[in-house]
Amino acid sequence: MARKVSTRRKLVTSAIAWTIGILIFFPILWTFLTSFKSEGDAIASPPVFLFFHWTTENYIEVQSRSDYALHFWNSVIMSLGSTLLGLLIAIPAAWAMAFSPTKRTKDVLMWMLSTKMMPPVGALIPVYLIFRDAGLLDTRIGLVIVLTLINLPIIVWMLYTYFKEIPGEILEASRMDGASLAKEIIYVLTPMAVPGIASTLLLNIILAWNEAFWTLNLTTSKAAPLTTFIASYSSPEGLFYAKLSAASTMAIAPILILGWFSQKQLVRGLTFGAVK
Amino acid sequence: MATTHTRSAARLMMAPSVILLLAWMIVPLCMTIYFSFLRYNLLMPGMEEFTGFLNYQFFLSDPAFFDALINTLLLVGGVLAITVIGGMAFALLLDQPIFGQGIVRILVIAPFFVMPTVSALVWKNMFMNPVNGLFAWIARSLGFAPVDFLAAIPLISVIIIVAWQWLPFATLIMLTALQSLDEEQKEAAEMDGAGFIPRFIYIVLPHMARAITVVILIETIFLLSVFAEILVTTNGGPGTESTNLTYLVYAQALLQFDIGGASAGGIVAVILANIVAIFLVRLIGKNLEA
Repeated sequence: MARKVSTRRKLVTSAIAWTIGILIFFPILWTFLTSFKSEGDAIASPPVFLFFHWTTENYIEVQSRSDYALHFWNSVIMSLGSTLLGLLIAIPAAWAMAFSPTKRTKDVLMWMLSTKMMPPVGALIPVYLIFRDAGLLDTRIGLVIVLTLINLPIIVWMLYTYFKEIPGEILEASRMDGASLAKEIIYVLTPMAVPGIASTLLLNIILAWNEAFWTLNLTTSKAAPLTTFIASYSSPEGLFYAKLSAASTMAIAPILILGWFSQKQLVRGLTFGAVK
Repeated sequence: MATTHTRSAARLMMAPSVILLLAWMIVPLCMTIYFSFLRYNLLMPGMEEFTGFLNYQFFLSDPAFFDALINTLLLVGGVLAITVIGGMAFALLLDQPIFGQGIVRILVIAPFFVMPTVSALVWKNMFMNPVNGLFAWIARSLGFAPVDFLAAIPLISVIIIVAWQWLPFATLIMLTALQSLDEEQKEAAEMDGAGFIPRFIYIVLPHMARAITVVILIETIFLLSVFAEILVTTNGGPGTESTNLTYLVYAQALLQFDIGGASAGGIVAVILANIVAIFLVRLIGKNLEA
């Protein structure tokens, strides 16, 4: 059904689109290139684009100067842990709301979403004090708890919209065919629910990985994930562009790749299916 | 289909989520409200005393509050204007037949996945730095004096950084909506001799209304709480020139240890955000029914 478009026009639009795409992407590309430069090349004026001495020493240096692997690992634990814990709590709830809705289900959903609209700064002080008194400041477990709670409404909502699309007739049909409840869940429902759960997992890992308000305020060193660790490069003694770039490249690469794979789910997840 | 049995099972399944979220909302909120009526400094434990609305009075009459409020509004408004208009333009462009559309799309949405502290530091050091930044080099090459972005125009600099991060979101949402637009409707209008602008105003724009509203409302919620970008670039300064409400409360609580005053500020932020939230809940509620 492609409309006929002259090649000339297509070439012009392509040129404009590519220029804009590269401009938007440029800061990321530049960070990537800088991560392979020596510190001297990194601040050279005029800037060197491709013809510099490529080196991987920054990547090694970043690890040896401050335990980068620890912070990377903190980010992994924090985002995976909070997402899995969130799924564990949210799957039954979303399941119940999708398959046995009551008059108040919608109100509950709305209320859950409204907790997401409380600005985090309104809860910062009590959470900080509770964490201080409970010894949870700068601990992985503390971060997992907070991130689970802040992303729980989104997890419930996403799962709900996916579960809602599983038609009830299929359940009835399988029941008429004499399937037991266990079989019904294993062979009928699970295969239909898995894609929705996977999308939710993906989006929440991305959100948790990049979350910066709570990680910056509740961690300092031991449990600091990459968001906090990278921020330490803003101090004057941390002004090493090439090393900052190496640390940044490693911090954003996994999520960039995950994100590119999950564009569609992202739109759905972030707008709760309001935009199709 | 719902029997009493399944209904109580459903309640049981929902209980953990509901209880946790209820606790997450009620406990901090009540504590913040309580603190906001106390004279409470972290450095002087045991010296708390009830002061009534004094904290609110101080917070609201502090010139920094007025600056922070204006900055918050400018930040939200500025980023919204750039991302909505830019996102619309990019979506229209990417919707055209182009070579390598998939790759361009990937390039354009990439900034959304960059963590805020990384994007803020990359922009601060490698682009906006008045000595080593690329912008400074471009300015010098063209014979201009380089601008010290974060010192001279701190709020605009923060807006640029945040807009770069959110432009992909707007583009992605609008592109998704644009691609669901009925091709035939556009073709029919084209055959009837409608030019690009009438087609845009009468067909595309009404179709995009929902996507635009969703972008505005979701971005507003996030933009009201911008924090990391300010913390690592300007620290709210110089003075209060780039302090928003979130940063102001943070500074009062964890830098000046004034728990009472910060709590009053937190409550003010909650009230402002709720005014926005009411609109969002209404909108999504409507979509849920449709």
